[in-house]
Amino acid sequence: MKRIVIALVVVALFTAACGDDNGSSAATTSASTHAPVTITLLTHDSFAVSDGLLASFTEQTGITVKVLQAGDAGEMVNKAILTKDKPLGDVLFGVDNTFLTRAVDAGIFEPYTSPALSEVDTQFADDTANGAVTPIDFGDVCLNYDKAYFGKHELPPPTSLESLTKPEYKDLLVVENPATSSPGLAFMLGTIAEFGEEGWLDYWTQLKANGVLVSSGWEDAYYTQFSGSSGKGPKPIVVSYASSPPAEVVFAETPLSEATTAAVPTTCFRQIEFAGVLAGTKHPEAAQAFIDFMLSTTFQDDMPLNMFVYPVNTKAVLPDEFVKYSVVPDKPLLLSPDEIAANRDKWIDQWTSTVLG
Amino acid sequence: MDIDRARLIATARRAALLAVPVVFLTIFFAWPVAAIIHRGIGAEGFRTVVNDHRLREVAWFTVWQATVSTLLTLVVALPGAYVLSRYRFAGRSVVRALVTVPFVLPTVVVGAAFTRVLPHRFDHTVWAILIAHVFFNYAVVVRVVGGLWANLDPRLDEGAAVLGAPRWRSLLEVDLPLLAPAIAAAGAIVFLFTFTSFGVILLLGGPRHSTLEVEIYRQTAQLLDLQVAAALALVQLVAVVTLLLVTTRLQGRLAVQRRLRRREEAAARVRTTGQRLLLLANFTVMAILLGVPLLSLVERSFSVPGGGYGLAWYRSLASTGSSGLFVPPTEAIRNSLVFAATATLIATVIGGLASIAIGGRHTRLWLDVGLMLPLGVSAVTIGFGFLITLNRPPLDLRAKAVLIPIAQALVALPFVVRSVVPVLRSIDDRLREAAAVLGASPSRTWREIDLPLVSRALAVGAGFAFAISLGEFGATVFVARPDTPTLPIAIFRLLGRPGAANYGQAMAMATILMVLTVACVLVFERARIGDLGDF
Repeated sequence: MKRIVIALVVVALFTAACGDDNGSSAATTSASTHAPVTITLLTHDSFAVSDGLLASFTEQTGITVKVLQAGDAGEMVNKAILTKDKPLGDVLFGVDNTFLTRAVDAGIFEPYTSPALSEVDTQFADDTANGAVTPIDFGDVCLNYDKAYFGKHELPPPTSLESLTKPEYKDLLVVENPATSSPGLAFMLGTIAEFGEEGWLDYWTQLKANGVLVSSGWEDAYYTQFSGSSGKGPKPIVVSYASSPPAEVVFAETPLSEATTAAVPTTCFRQIEFAGVLAGTKHPEAAQAFIDFMLSTTFQDDMPLNMFVYPVNTKAVLPDEFVKYSVVPDKPLLLSPDEIAANRDKWIDQWTSTVLG
Repeated sequence: MDIDRARLIATARRAALLAVPVVFLTIFFAWPVAAIIHRGIGAEGFRTVVNDHRLREVAWFTVWQATVSTLLTLVVALPGAYVLSRYRFAGRSVVRALVTVPFVLPTVVVGAAFTRVLPHRFDHTVWAILIAHVFFNYAVVVRVVGGLWANLDPRLDEGAAVLGAPRWRSLLEVDLPLLAPAIAAAGAIVFLFTFTSFGVILLLGGPRHSTLEVEIYRQTAQLLDLQVAAALALVQLVAVVTLLLVTTRLQGRLAVQRRLRRREEAAARVRTTGQRLLLLANFTVMAILLGVPLLSLVERSFSVPGGGYGLAWYRSLASTGSSGLFVPPTEAIRNSLVFAATATLIATVIGGLASIAIGGRHTRLWLDVGLMLPLGVSAVTIGFGFLITLNRPPLDLRAKAVLIPIAQALVALPFVVRSVVPVLRSIDDRLREAAAVLGASPSRTWREIDLPLVSRALAVGAGFAFAISLGEFGATVFVARPDTPTLPIAIFRLLGRPGAANYGQAMAMATILMVLTVACVLVFERARIGDLGDF
């Protein structure tokens, strides 16, 4: 017993000693022009960057960035709203067009217009909710299919949302529940964009009749149910991202010369991710500098292979895997953030009673 | 006059002992929970809950699945408790330790294991939920009921046999009534865990199954509807408190004066073919229910690119790669150990003080129930409560790593208390009286009689706390920072990304976590005193 206590005390002291370090990014500030400042980036669980990327920002500016991941995009935004008076961080990254209006209406952002917006693709540059946020990246939620399955069964892969209601695709599709999953929500919004307020529930009624399977989250849908992933599930069509086929190549067990899955470009709903300065920050300038950095090619080039999204900066260079194995749809399905904010809860309720009821 | 003074001193002593636990639980549990509920409480929320037929269905399903899970667990695990407590055979303590492992594993790992081995037709069915619940809680029954069973005087059964009762009859009419309090206790614990089930429902239940706990998460984290969330949290709280009060009372009423024997005397050798078959049947259940899912993860962690087996995924753990973690996965192992040790220290100190304070015969019921409550309140309620309470210096801890062991300690605390209090209560008062008669001061009596037993029980509690903290996921995920992931968090993050390499690494980490857990359980099992302790 005594030994256990001693061991625990030693370990606890050790923890206390380590407790003060702010992570590996607390790098040198020798090249700094500002006084050393640490800002906190509030973001979602999917945030990822290459080793050393944040340290390079610290070297340039003397600003250290601490990352705080706070759940998926919706949960992170809700935490930011709940803590508006005592913000959890200085910059927020990762609010998308499905949650943007809620976040902006709650007043969590301090307006900032980055000079780097001039390098942003014109189709995104105006999406700033009147200067409250800055677009950083975009991605598309699309149907993915398992190429091997369709080859083996000599069946043409689906080409549109409409085609999924055909008898030859019976029992082949798995989607995520829009109430608990962000790609699920995006896909549902895509069907509303495609079929309109009048037609979309009929479409889902037909999908239900055609044996659509609903998963709670992307992990279950993609890894457990989808036949094209390493989980080798029973369903050859899944709702995932336009960037999932390149991801399958990048993370393959053995190097692949060709993607094993593909996305259907006509079924894609566009998600745009934004960053904003959190109102109440004590370091507004440092927060603004970080937003500029996120638009720089250093950061934009790094995003695809870490977060599997596309850069908005027109000067950013896409990695080979993205050029080869993914398609950016010409005409993605879109809904305005205001329209989404006004109807989201109602739509989810309608979807739930139609598909799960 | 003297009696009054003695009573005063006793009360003061108890207050002093309780001060630290009370302050800790107030700051890190009661205050955050009260604050977040206060933010949303109102007639509006309750009206929605009462009028929404879907929410009513959720409440019904929560109760239904918890009841069925509890009964199923008892049916499957009672025979296991019997063979593990009443028969002597080689490797018994190892088997006992192994069946405990599922209980402390994180739901992400168990979810991954079950989706691998369950046939697809079980996907998203209530069966998947029930089987996973039996898997998780098998150990509760084996430990709680088996603990008492091992100590039942075998002469009672022998007497029944002499009087001509067949074995099944003596089981039914002698053992069962004597075991009733333990069965009630085990049932209550299993019911509590399954009533508040979250990960299993979300990962295996599919979108059609939801519990109050899942709904509280959805309303709080996804919809930020704090009114409905507060109403649901209160409903759940009232249900849990009622359950704890009823079962604590029930246990008191069922308790029978009994003669306990050391377990070595109570356990018999395996002699007849029937007994061999009984053992074999139970081992088969354990192997299929508990072994197969976990071994499938181990198997997957060793199967390497291009077929065959190897260590590729394990080797890849040392680098960050493009795993989406901010540190190499191996760092997560170190973090897990450090956080779990800190959490253990906190839980052992706080739980030890609380147990000593409430350990006497005449404990207040509310204290007993209060110490169990962290298990009955949703982690999301506590987590969101932290956000709006721990936001001012000196307690601006929201983004601090120290919250991780604190959150784990909250979860582990009830296990420490349940390991120590029964031991304290089992000490024969006459021992203390004899010491007093012989002139020992109260402090010396405590030092020489209570302390030696308490320290061993504390060691067991500490071991349990460590294992629980290692596998803790639900609360940790709310406070974890990206630069300090624990093993369960790292597994969760890896599983959230596409590609076979991330999946392979996740399986390797899950295997490492299991090995650590097994080692930990084997060590603390050796510190047990007989089979005393409620877990």
